[in-house]
Formats: sequence, structure tokens, C-alpha cells
Amino acid sequence: MASTTQLDIPPAPPARPRRPGSTGRAGDKIFLSLSRGSGILLLLIMASIAVFLSYRAATAISKDEGNFFTTFDWNPAGDPPVFGIAVLLFGTVVSSIIAMVIAVPVAVGIALFISHYAPRKLAAPLAYVVDLLAAVPSIVYGIWGALVLVPYLEGLNLWLDQFFGWTYIFEKTEVGVARSLFTVGILLAIMILPIVTSVSREVFLQVPKMNEEAALALGATRWEVIRLSVLPFGRSGIISASMLGLGRALGETMAVATVLSPSFLISLHVLNPGGGTFAQNIAAKFGEADAFGRDALIASGLVLFVLTLLVNGAARLIIARRKEYSGANA
Amino acid sequence: MSNATTTDVRDQRPQTRPGTHGTGLSSRSLPRWAPLGFAAVSVALAVGISTAAGWQSRVQWGLIAALLFLAISYVATTVVENQRQAKDRLATSVVWVCFLAAVVPLASLLWTTVSRGSERLDGYFLSHSMAGVLGSEATGGVYHALIGTLEQVGIATVISAPLGLLTAVYLVEYGKGGLARAVTFFVDVMTGIPSIVAGLFILSIMLIAGLEPSGLMGALALTILMIPVVVRSTEEMLKLVPNELREASLALGIPKWRTILKVVLPTAIGGITTGVMLAIARIAGETAPIILLVFGSQLINTNPFEGAQSSLPFYIYEQYKIGEAASYDRAWAAALVLIAFVMILNLVARGIARWKAPKTGR
Repeated sequence: MASTTQLDIPPAPPARPRRPGSTGRAGDKIFLSLSRGSGILLLLIMASIAVFLSYRAATAISKDEGNFFTTFDWNPAGDPPVFGIAVLLFGTVVSSIIAMVIAVPVAVGIALFISHYAPRKLAAPLAYVVDLLAAVPSIVYGIWGALVLVPYLEGLNLWLDQFFGWTYIFEKTEVGVARSLFTVGILLAIMILPIVTSVSREVFLQVPKMNEEAALALGATRWEVIRLSVLPFGRSGIISASMLGLGRALGETMAVATVLSPSFLISLHVLNPGGGTFAQNIAAKFGEADAFGRDALIASGLVLFVLTLLVNGAARLIIARRKEYSGANA
Repeated sequence: MSNATTTDVRDQRPQTRPGTHGTGLSSRSLPRWAPLGFAAVSVALAVGISTAAGWQSRVQWGLIAALLFLAISYVATTVVENQRQAKDRLATSVVWVCFLAAVVPLASLLWTTVSRGSERLDGYFLSHSMAGVLGSEATGGVYHALIGTLEQVGIATVISAPLGLLTAVYLVEYGKGGLARAVTFFVDVMTGIPSIVAGLFILSIMLIAGLEPSGLMGALALTILMIPVVVRSTEEMLKLVPNELREASLALGIPKWRTILKVVLPTAIGGITTGVMLAIARIAGETAPIILLVFGSQLINTNPFEGAQSSLPFYIYEQYKIGEAASYDRAWAAALVLIAFVMILNLVARGIARWKAPKTGR
């Protein structure tokens, strides 16, 4: 053992020939500024999205002869130009609410199925399939919705009208195919299922095993375990997952553009064909729009941008706050 | 002390035991095949009711079957077992129904795409454009759109992969304080930007700078959608690299940037590749920015920097809007091509992730 310490260690070089500048610090600086620069660039992109959209939107709104928020019309090419987002805002919010009402409970159910009910061997492949489904492009959902789902839903619509027409919402006052906000809502629900499911599932898997085992030890049934330990722990996760899904639903373009037969009317009869959403309106009106018409569309896009920003920001804040106190990520 | 209490407990237990029947292990319970039986009965009943009432839509049949299944299993369990078991059974049934309710439309989507798409999909379809083809004619193909998609997605990847990678490196290796927090937050928020808004942003720049629509403009919009996805996934992967590796390298006197380039990134390269490929798969299906920025074309245009191009998702939308039987066939075939492209990317990416998973410290 002693011999190892006796190895001839080459004498340290008497004086370092390198100057301080060549010890790699220059490389460090370049690399740091490159990576920090790209981070800053991202912030700049976000800021410039807001600035550019606001700038174009401001020029459009200043020439709008109607009220931008309350006008039930979209005619920027007219003389005088009149356009407003009331119908679009209504359609976007209503179709997203329908989507949320359907998708969130089902998604939580699927997440519970994968995390707590499915046979062990099935759970991993199922989670994988759900993730794959999130990758199906929205235009494919769109043509499927328009060519397959719409015919299927016609019977359901009549049936809803027959038995639930007294609720006013499900009263179908116009005949026509099921290209309604309700159908759009169902399609959006199917589209946001994968994302809501996968986020909730991850939260459910983080529930401390101790809590579940404690509940089991007290004689709880599986449902009681879920109600007592899993759902309370996962509540904020479910909320933020739903808001992420809501963000998707608000901004979805193609699925709405293919399914909905648009009209500039506000009607709470969600089974009637008609209505419109921000994204659908932009995609549909863009082709025929002149330069001013495009600015008007950009103005409506700005509202959509702000809306999704608020929803997504809120979702992320909820997730971030939860991370701090849950201790699940330790 | 403890002795006394245990005897107390023991004294009490026999009193409660003999009387109760329903709660012990020996209580009656439904057989294991009961849920299957309930399902069979409810499906049969639903079919019966629906045909009797003359309802055409199979959506209704499914809904009725699901509701009957829930009701039957709840009532049967309440009668045979007890209220708590019944609630448990109800919850299990609800969860199963949720799962099946979600599987049905998704399976229908995939099946329709494959069966309708394979009618028109062949070598001719993949190698011809729509030049001079009328919407109602059953010829034409998807070649020009394929080229457009590949070029636009390629450009977007070339821009956003390095940017996203560097940002992730900054967040994981250097990031502290306000700037890093802001970047993290806005990357998350950026993930949620609707694709049409990204398209409008590039459009507003185009209007100001007087640029013409081209594949490049579409690619720029796709870049905005792709960067946050790359940053998120790369960040997760870099966080998985064990700190011991970094410390070992730094202890050898290697500067930090070389440590990152030679130790951290190679360790995480599998996951990073996966993340980039998943991001590609995600943007390949984006239609909205293409509508606004690339304009669409029936002809083959291999130059992404000038002139209108097409892309697969745009092609699908275009063919759908024509509204002829032949164009629907083309739309489904293109949808099949697009789904196959996305799914293969996904599968390969996940394969790489599994194959090259970073070795954790354990």
C-alpha cells in the first residue's frame, strides 16, 4: 500500500503556460450566451406575437364601424366595414364548455381505469395507446367528424330534441344536418380526451402509496380508496389537466371548420346548425379576405390568443403551486 | 396498561360478532363473471329496446346499453351484497364504461381512415400531383403535398431543434433566477398557443414586410409551435442525466461547456431525439398555418422559399371541401398517409427512447 504513495508523480509544471483566457472560460462564455440568448429569443417571440397582433388588430378595430365586441356580423369588406366577435366568442365558449362537460369526467374515468382498474399488464400499453391518439392530426378528426360522426349523431339529436326539448338548450327548432355547436363539442371532447387523460393519469400515479394503503387497511373498498385518497390528492391535477384541454378546445381550427356550418347568429339551441368559433371563422373567411379583412381576422385572433393565454397560464400556475406543497415530486 | 386495554377490546369483540352477517368475509357476494353477465344482459336489452322503438343511430344504442349496465349492476349488488359494495361496483362500472365510450370513437376513426384510405392509396397516388385533375375525377395524387410537408417540416426542424436544445440546456444547466423562471413559464404557455394564432403572427409580419406566401412562411409558423415541445422534452431528458456524471467531468478540470457537449448531451441523446421526433409528428399534422401562409397549390413546387406549396393536411382539407366522391376518397387516402407518417415517427421515437434510455445512477 505504501508503495502506491511512493509512485513518482511527475512534478507539477512550474508555471502554467496558459493564460487565464484559454482555460475554457471563453468557450463557457460563448456557450452560456448562446443558450441564454435562445431563451431570451423565446421570450422575444412571445412578446412580438402579442405586439404584432395588437398592432394589426388596432388598425382594424379603429376602422370598425360596429362595436367590435357586440356586433353580430362579420363584414369587413363592406362599406362601412362592420364586424364583431360576439358570435365567435359565444360559439367558442359554448362548444368548449360542451367539450369539457363530456371530456373531463370520461378522461378522469379513463385515467383511473389505467392507473387503478386495468389489469397490470394492460395498463402500460393502454397508456401508450392514449398517448399515440394524441398524435392524430386534427384535420383527420375533422374529416372523420364531418363524414362519419355527423350522420351518426342525427338520430341522437332528434332523440334529444324529443325527450329533452323542454330544457330549451336541446330544443331543435331548425331542421338540417347535425353540423351544430353540439356536434362540434362532442368532436372536441374526443380530441382533448388524450391530453386530459394523460395529465390526470400522471397525477394519479403520484398519489403516495401510504395513503392508499392506509385506506385499504381501514377496510375501504376500491372506490372508497379512490374517493378518500386519490381524488383529493389529484384534484388540482385534474383541474389543470382540464384547463390544458380547454386551451386546446378553444383554439381548435380544422375540426370545427370541417364540421360546423357557420352562421352569424347566437342561439342557445345548441342542436341547431350554425354559430361559429374564432379559429373556424379565420380559416373560413381568410380565402376571400382582402388586406383589411385580414387585419380584422387578426383582431379576432388576438382575442383568441389572450383567451388561451389566460387559460393556459392559469393551468400552469395551478400545476406549479401544487408541485410546491405536495411533496410528490421529491 | 397496554394489557388492560387489549383485554378490554377482546372483551368487546365477541359481543358484536355473532349478530352481524353482511360485513364479514363470509358474506354473500356476486360471482366473478357477474359484470360480464350484466354487460351481456344490458346490451341485449338495449338492442331490443332500440329496435322496438325504431331508433336508427347506434350512438343511442350504446348510450342505453351503458346506462342499463350501470343500473343493473348497482341494483343487483345492492340486493345481493350491500350498499358500500354496490357503490364500489358502480364506480368500477362507470370507469369501464368511460373507457369503452372513449375507445369506440377512436377505434372508429382509425378503422375508417384505414379502410377508406386504402381504397385509393397506391404507387400512382403517391407519385402524382393534382396538376390538371378535376375534383370529380378519380385520378391525381398527393406527391406535391408530400414534398411540401417534408420541406416545411424539415425547415421548421432545422430552426427549432437547435433553438429548443439550447434553451433547454440553459434552463437545466445554467438557469437560475427570474429569467429562467420566466422562460419556463412562457415555454409552458407557448405550448398552448393555437396553431392558427401562430399562423396569424407570421401573417402580420408578412403584411408589414410585404412578403409573399411560401413554404418558408409556413415553416416559420410551425417553428413557433415546435420550439416549446422540443424545450419541454429536452429539459425532462437533461434532468434525468445523473449529477455524478457532471461532477466527475468537472472534477477532471473540464470546462462546463465541454462537459455539457461531451458528457451531458451524449448521455441524453436518445431522449432528445425522441422529443424532437415527437415534435415533428405533432407539427406535421398542422393545417391552419398552412392555409394562411402557404396558400396551397395543385402543382409540384420543390422550392420552399418561393411560391405557393401544398402540404398533406392542407391537401386533405382542400379535397374535403371539393365535396365530390372522388375527392373524399383522395382526402381519406391522404389522411391515411399522414396518420401513417405520424404513427411511424411516434413508434420509432418511442423505440429510440426505450433503446437509448439514460442510465440512471442506480
